[in-house]
Amino acid sequence: MSKKILIADDEQNIVISVEFLMKREGYDVSVAADGEEALARIRADKPDLVLLDVMMPKKNGFDVCQEVRADAALAGVRILMLTARGREMEVAKGIALGADGYMTKPFSTKELVDKVRDLLV
Amino acid sequence: MLQGSVVIAVSFLYLALLFAVAYWGDKRADAGRSIIANPTIYALSMAVYCTTWTYYGSVGRAAVTGVGFLPIYLGPTLVMTLGGFLLLKMIRTAKANRITSIADFIASRYGKSQLLGGLVTIIAVVGIVPYISLQLKAVAISYDLIAGYPALVSPAGGHGPILADTTLYIALILAAFTILFGTRHLDATERHEGMVAAVALESVVKLVAFGAVGLFVTFGLYNGVGDIFERAMADPQLAQLTAVASGSRGYATWFSLTLLAGLAILFLPRQFQVTVVENVSEAHLKRAIWLFPLYLFLINLFVLPIALGGLMHFSGQGMNADTFVLTLPMSGHHEALALLVFVGGLSAATGMVIVETIALSTMVCNDLVMPLLLRTKRLALNAERDLSGLLLSIRRGAIVLILLLGYLYFRLAGDAYALVGIGLISFSAVAQFAPAMIGGMYWRGGTRNGALAGLLAGFVVWAYTLLLPSFSKSGWLPASFLSEGPFGIELLKPHQLFGLTGLDDISHCLFWSFAANIGAYVVVSLLRAPTAAEASQATQFVDALKTTRPVGSALWRGSADAADLVALVGRFLGPARAQTAFASYARRHGLADVEKLEADADLVHYAESLLAGAIGSASARAMVASVAKEEPLSLPEVMNILDEASQLRTYSRELERKSRELEAATGELKAANVRLLEVDRLKDDFMASVSHELRTPLTSIRAFSEILRDDPRTALPERERFLGIIVSETERLTRLVNQILDMAKIESGNAEWLVEEVDMNAVVEQSVATTSQLFRDKGVALSLDLAGSVPLIRADRDRLMQVVINLLSNAVKFVPANAGRVMVRLTADTESLRVSVTDNGPGIRREDQKVIFDRFRQGGDAMTSKPTGTGLGLPISLKIVEYFGGRLWVESEPGQGASFIFSLPLNNPENGKRE
Repeated sequence: MSKKILIADDEQNIVISVEFLMKREGYDVSVAADGEEALARIRADKPDLVLLDVMMPKKNGFDVCQEVRADAALAGVRILMLTARGREMEVAKGIALGADGYMTKPFSTKELVDKVRDLLV
Repeated sequence: MLQGSVVIAVSFLYLALLFAVAYWGDKRADAGRSIIANPTIYALSMAVYCTTWTYYGSVGRAAVTGVGFLPIYLGPTLVMTLGGFLLLKMIRTAKANRITSIADFIASRYGKSQLLGGLVTIIAVVGIVPYISLQLKAVAISYDLIAGYPALVSPAGGHGPILADTTLYIALILAAFTILFGTRHLDATERHEGMVAAVALESVVKLVAFGAVGLFVTFGLYNGVGDIFERAMADPQLAQLTAVASGSRGYATWFSLTLLAGLAILFLPRQFQVTVVENVSEAHLKRAIWLFPLYLFLINLFVLPIALGGLMHFSGQGMNADTFVLTLPMSGHHEALALLVFVGGLSAATGMVIVETIALSTMVCNDLVMPLLLRTKRLALNAERDLSGLLLSIRRGAIVLILLLGYLYFRLAGDAYALVGIGLISFSAVAQFAPAMIGGMYWRGGTRNGALAGLLAGFVVWAYTLLLPSFSKSGWLPASFLSEGPFGIELLKPHQLFGLTGLDDISHCLFWSFAANIGAYVVVSLLRAPTAAEASQATQFVDALKTTRPVGSALWRGSADAADLVALVGRFLGPARAQTAFASYARRHGLADVEKLEADADLVHYAESLLAGAIGSASARAMVASVAKEEPLSLPEVMNILDEASQLRTYSRELERKSRELEAATGELKAANVRLLEVDRLKDDFMASVSHELRTPLTSIRAFSEILRDDPRTALPERERFLGIIVSETERLTRLVNQILDMAKIESGNAEWLVEEVDMNAVVEQSVATTSQLFRDKGVALSLDLAGSVPLIRADRDRLMQVVINLLSNAVKFVPANAGRVMVRLTADTESLRVSVTDNGPGIRREDQKVIFDRFRQGGDAMTSKPTGTGLGLPISLKIVEYFGGRLWVESEPGQGASFIFSLPLNNPENGKRE
């Protein structure tokens, strides 16, 4: 059974490219365009991994991450944060909130694929 | 127990006690443990102001004028409570210049003038002699009264033969005691600690004695103050006494007496002695300014009850009211109380006589006799001779002479006046010092000649209007001198000079003498500029409270020999004291002994100040000049030196000011730092936003490029789709970079503005044409509502098009496809043009209506899909409109569409206003 991945990002073109990459790797992909939708889908689908953008409408990635980690039922969900704001403080904040990994945009597609594979082992 | 012998014995015992206190005080002072270094003793010593004049005379005056005795105490109370700054300045100046008397003070102020010191001394002696005679008279009368006990007779007028006159012996005894008190020491210094201690004790004794009589009369003879006043009110004549004198004459008298007494507390030689010369510490003033007025209040408390009580008690007996204090206890046969009262009166008299005579003898010696003696070459050049003994002899001689003069005045004029009358003559004389003193402390322009002229004029007028009449009343001058004027010239009548009537004698004298004194002082001073010596002293006196260090030594230039200086000082202070003084000076300057001293300006100044303490500043300057060769400084040189001194003060004030400025600057820096941090944070936010906006399209571009590169077998439709995304994201990136640069240029003021006459109709039409394709693509209806013709405005055509296009493309972006409607309207009024772009889109929430004009803050949170655009369109449009002095804003209700409106002023200055 293939792993389930949720892509949460408000940039349509980025979603298209990441969705293409993940499907090519054989994962089961779903998409959310803002923070609230992302949280709802995580609760409904319980994906193995969330590729979580930080700057999203309605609820930002940090808040989503925090709520997922506060929910014991979602303990198995891995979170890889993706952000265009590449400052160290934000990386530290993401890790502190319980993200499993962090990548800054623009990323190398190969590195993203490798990182996702590592996290799903 | 009131036989003459007992009274005499008690009197001598009392004087012996005073002497013991003085002796103890001097011993303690020598041992360095001063007993007068105490503010209470200082304040009590000031009460030497209260003489027999107060003790016996207040009751006498109250019996005639009621509360009219009060101004004599009101004046000093006002001066003490309100004039503390004046006293402080006098004290500090006197200490800095080692002033020994008021004559010394005035002489020193006006260039250390011996002539001026001499004149002040003569005025003081002539003016004070009646006052001393008043003390002698009071003691004599009180002795005759008490010795006549149990009989109660007012002493008859007239005098017996001189050798049988009690008053002569009283004068001689007081002279002997004064010599003992004031000139017992071989060293002639300006301070007398023992004397001050004795005077303070006397102040207590007279207060206690007067208070005892007051209590006796009030509660012994009557049933309290209320009883006395009640009974007095029953008698219409007595009732008058409790009212303040009415009418202009009454007020003029009150004013003159208050003024005279206020000046007396400052300038009477004995007050100057205890308040200024004997002052140990400036801090003592703080207590004196309330304790001394309190003393005055207490000693006046029972005056009116005693006066009224006495008038009623001796009603019809013709008893002299000046004697009530003594005769009331005697009539009740209270012998012990009567004796206490006599001792209290003696206290009041001796205190005044001792201090006043010592002060006067110092002046006579330093400012009158010494300058004359030093002019005789024989004495001045005989450097071997120790003159300290001579100094003491002169002072002792002066003491005897002054008391004998007092006795003489008593014989000549003493019967003509009541006690208070005599005292006021002296007050009026002393008041003549006021212009030269006060003017000297506050006006740099006062000169020696001005002071001389003023003092002389005031003194002559005083003598003519008060002193000579007192002789006339005593029969030593014809009575016609008063009633018809000298040689029958009416205008010169001493009590109605130049026809001035309606004033009492004292006010009349005060008016004319002050007019002459102040007038002459000011006019003569203004005739010529101060000399170098006057200017340098003027600065030291006027700036006494500002000067941080004495400038005395800076103002001396010349050559001298140290040994000569030591010898010179030794002649006046005694060789031993001179050696000690110079040895301590040498130690302070790190030298082993006196031989090593260099005769520089500082040493010369030190020697002069030592001498000044003994013989006064004017004589000291003359003596130092006899051994040191001084090169006189010119006025410009003096002014330069004084400038330097004042520059130092200016410098220190400058420093204080700088330090305050520095504090202010630090505060401003802190505030600026806070603002900078805020700006920094904003800039950080901006950079983070820019970074985010650039990275987002780059992410898609990189991802699709890598996908295409890594997998050449991608299907053709996908390949075309991906390449399309790459191209559009690249366009987005380009737009973004352009707008960021545009924004940066406008914000930094580097943007180029091509300003010309612009027709807004054309701008709107061209903008609509440019964006028409966008509207067609989305099926949005665009309508135009243009004003027929609008005034041209001066602006940049392309920039305004940029604004309109931005608003149009925003509108088309947010309206629904195929159902959207957008309307552009241009209107004009007298002041401005207005363009509005209205759509039927979702509208903008109230909380977003401001935010959308911020950079990278796009509306559309409510929408599921993110709007395309850079987030810089509206901020840039806003900047452009503001550049031309206009406004850009939005009006919207959610769900009702939005209107973006901008207005531009018609009378806009060419370049608008830059940020």
